Amino acid sequence: MSEVTTSRRAFIGISATAAAATAGFVALAPGVKLMDLAQAHADSKGASSKVRWGMLIDTTKCATGCSDCVSACARENAIEPGSGRPAQSSQWIRKIELKEKKGGHRELSLPMLCQHCANPPCVDVCPTGASFQRADGIVLVDRHICIGCRYCVMACPYQARSFVHEPLHNQNPEVPRGQGCVESCTLCVHRVDKGESPACVESCTHQAMLFGDLNNPQSEIAQRVATVASSQIRADLRLDPGVRYQGI
Amino acid sequence: MAANANLVVYRELANKRAFWLIFFLCGLFVAGGFLAHLTMEHHGHVITGMDNRIVWGLPHVFAVFLIVAASGALNVASTASVFGKSIYKPLAPLSGLLSLALLTGGLTVLMLDLGRSDRIIVAATEYNFKSIFAWNVFLYTGFFAIVGAYLWTMMERRMNAFTKPLGVAAFIWRLVLTTGTGSIFGFLIAREAYQSALLAPMFISLSLSYGSAIYLLTLSAASAIDGRPLGEAIVRRLKNLLATFVAAALYFVAVFHLTNLYFTRNHGVENFILLDGGIFTGLFWLGQVGIGSVLPLILLLAPGVSRYRILIACSAIVIGGFCQMYVTIIGGQAWPLDLFPGFLASSSFFDGEIHGYAPSIWEALLGLGGVALAGAIVIVALKLLRFLPERMDDATLDPSHAKANAK
Amino acid sequence: MLRLAALVLITLALSAAVNAAGVPRPVIDIAKPGQCIDTPEVMRRTHMDLLKHQRDKTMREGERHSKVSLNGCIECHASKQNGSVLGGPDNFCQGCHSYAAVKLDCFECHQPKAGYKAAGGKR
Ligand code: HEC
Ligand code: HEC
Ligand code: HEC
Repeated sequence: MSEVTTSRRAFIGISATAAAATAGFVALAPGVKLMDLAQAHADSKGASSKVRWGMLIDTTKCATGCSDCVSACARENAIEPGSGRPAQSSQWIRKIELKEKKGGHRELSLPMLCQHCANPPCVDVCPTGASFQRADGIVLVDRHICIGCRYCVMACPYQARSFVHEPLHNQNPEVPRGQGCVESCTLCVHRVDKGESPACVESCTHQAMLFGDLNNPQSEIAQRVATVASSQIRADLRLDPGVRYQGI
Repeated sequence: MAANANLVVYRELANKRAFWLIFFLCGLFVAGGFLAHLTMEHHGHVITGMDNRIVWGLPHVFAVFLIVAASGALNVASTASVFGKSIYKPLAPLSGLLSLALLTGGLTVLMLDLGRSDRIIVAATEYNFKSIFAWNVFLYTGFFAIVGAYLWTMMERRMNAFTKPLGVAAFIWRLVLTTGTGSIFGFLIAREAYQSALLAPMFISLSLSYGSAIYLLTLSAASAIDGRPLGEAIVRRLKNLLATFVAAALYFVAVFHLTNLYFTRNHGVENFILLDGGIFTGLFWLGQVGIGSVLPLILLLAPGVSRYRILIACSAIVIGGFCQMYVTIIGGQAWPLDLFPGFLASSSFFDGEIHGYAPSIWEALLGLGGVALAGAIVIVALKLLRFLPERMDDATLDPSHAKANAK
Repeated sequence: MLRLAALVLITLALSAAVNAAGVPRPVIDIAKPGQCIDTPEVMRRTHMDLLKHQRDKTMREGERHSKVSLNGCIECHASKQNGSVLGGPDNFCQGCHSYAAVKLDCFECHQPKAGYKAAGGKR
């Protein structure tokens, strides 16, 4: 709808200011003084390219059958099972149970979520630029310009994306979600921007999930990644996921 | 040659009853497609067979088939203006028209299946130039412009001089366009079924055969409706061309699967499609290979020419084409992604499972609506504009050839 | 396309009407009276542009401390009756928009109720 209006108003010409939408914020919103703008910037940090948010998941601690992270995600982001088939509901995070085919028949359990790749294929294929990556590495869908083509769902090697198959009503104010757009784990961006960690990480009673800034050598996650053996899933695809796994 | 061109008289369709009948039929299905779209938009995609595993379904099978066939439908025009075969010249306008109509049908289906088709203007104003999808938007728009102009130069006597350069442009453009369409799948790095550099050339070869088959069907139908004679020689030529395309497409399909078999990592998915994929294996061997390739080859190449046989062959190619798209698009998604090679995976989101798909009536209606839209465009254009020569017998199309035969 | 054309036509007609009569005055029956983020005149004229600009800022750059925020509008402007900016002619956003025949899709995703806490996660 949004772009419709811009072109519509420009076309009708009732609002000369809107016609100059691309000219910049001052022209766009005459009510806002430059002073306000400067202040708004002064006290807001925003996403910084110095940071790379990531997660380290210790599969040796993650318990088979435990799905605390999945429920925490559902609670935080108001994700409910839909009215259709299970495959039509959204799943931002899921538990995968693994059994080695040969050898010791080792069993593993781990959470799978958007891997927040440094080179995300979903962003590459998105025709409108709705799939994008924030400066701090979080991969998101801008649902204001997502047209629901699902090319990103096809492209994601981790099957981490879901398409909203029906109208929704009980969204959380901080997590808008709606029909016809693709969505996926946001790394709880609304919490991260407030200095908190993602809901799944907070909920894990087994301390199997660690969240932090991979770029900051002082952070616990950076130090753990530097000292223990960790791996990226489908590393052969060279997508450089920000979610790392230990013990696979 | 100049005298020859003067001999050809183009006329609108005369048969009113047939026009209204076809128009009404197409209109009915177009309305059905639109209804399906509105229903899907209102309830959301829950009412379809598509889900988070089979993300692209029957509408995409129809849409990609139509778009691929659109490029191939231009064959006759290209043969006339690019390769200088003047016998095809009088038949070239229909080729251009069919191509535009098929593309319109296909793109409409794609657009109306979007989760937010109300934001289609976003697709036209916001671009991510890294996306092959966004490039395709340009390729399609460009195709409309070039083929539109090309048609105009064919039909406007004073512009005839520009037909050749525009024909060359259209020819190159359509090859790029089909490459682009094929690449939509080729860019899906994690999907084993699409990991092949041969996908784009395979799509081009398939487009040649689908488009030619649909062209021959349309031409025969138009000539039958209006009782316009269609020459024996021209039909024989078109038929031989078609047989070549079908053989080439079959060759590419074979090479595609053989090269995939060469890479061990692809054995799983190849085994799935070729041996134990249930419906997909059936559609591949029986539909794509049997009905879509072998049967038409026999029908087209067996000695003697019978119109009836050629039409059956064309229809078989179209049916085979749908099967091929179904196997490529849906079969490619049915095979699960392998996140953890060497492990058996299971999850609430169907990791490690082969995914099933049962299309709903809405998806079928939407897809058929696209086909009907293409049909409606063709029949209306034929009725209102002079696309088709009054006579298409060999003497009119190629007097020199007819004389040579008479000797 | 048809919908677009219809939209353009309707807006043309209605914006002419709105322009002639001036922007309609909503019933202000809000839970948190006081001051808006700018003067009412400016808000009436520019709130859509402010919101759209901020939308990109928040979404893309993570800028969450601006005084412009859709959730902010809702916190102040939700009605005393049903705690929402939508619902009927007395609700702030809806009342004015239905008068001006503006159709928003924002609340297909954004929660129109103030202080809402979703149950979520019934699995
Ligand atoms: C398809 C879903 C969807 C629709 C429709 C939608 N939004 Fe959003 N909106 C989102 C998401 C998701 C966010 C990101 C929230 C975050 O990161 O905290 C967001 C964030 C915002 C923000 C920044 C957060 C805030 O509270 O200020 C604004 C402003 C906003 N949207 C305005 C709008 C407006 C105006 C419309 C209607 C023209 C609209 N949105 C329609 C999904 C949607
Ligand atoms: C701190 C609470 C607060 C916030 C936040 C707030 N408003 Fe207001 N708004 C008010 C109050 C109070 C008034 C009435 C002011 C008056 O009449 O002087 C008002 C007036 C308005 C008016 C003018 C109504 C009229 O009289 O015609 C509009 C439009 C408006 N607000 C829109 C918004 C939008 C959009 C946002 C979010 C970007 C927003 N407001 C955020 C409190 C708020
Ligand atoms: C004083 C009346 C009034 C009030 C109150 C009001 N609006 Fe509006 N709003 C309008 C008008 C008029 C337009 C149409 C402007 C145009 O199209 O030029 C509009 C347009 C919009 C648009 C852009 C619509 C589009 O299609 O792009 C958004 C977003 C919006 N309003 C959000 C809000 C929100 C959120 C609130 C409640 C907090 C609100 N408005 C309250 C009068 C109002």
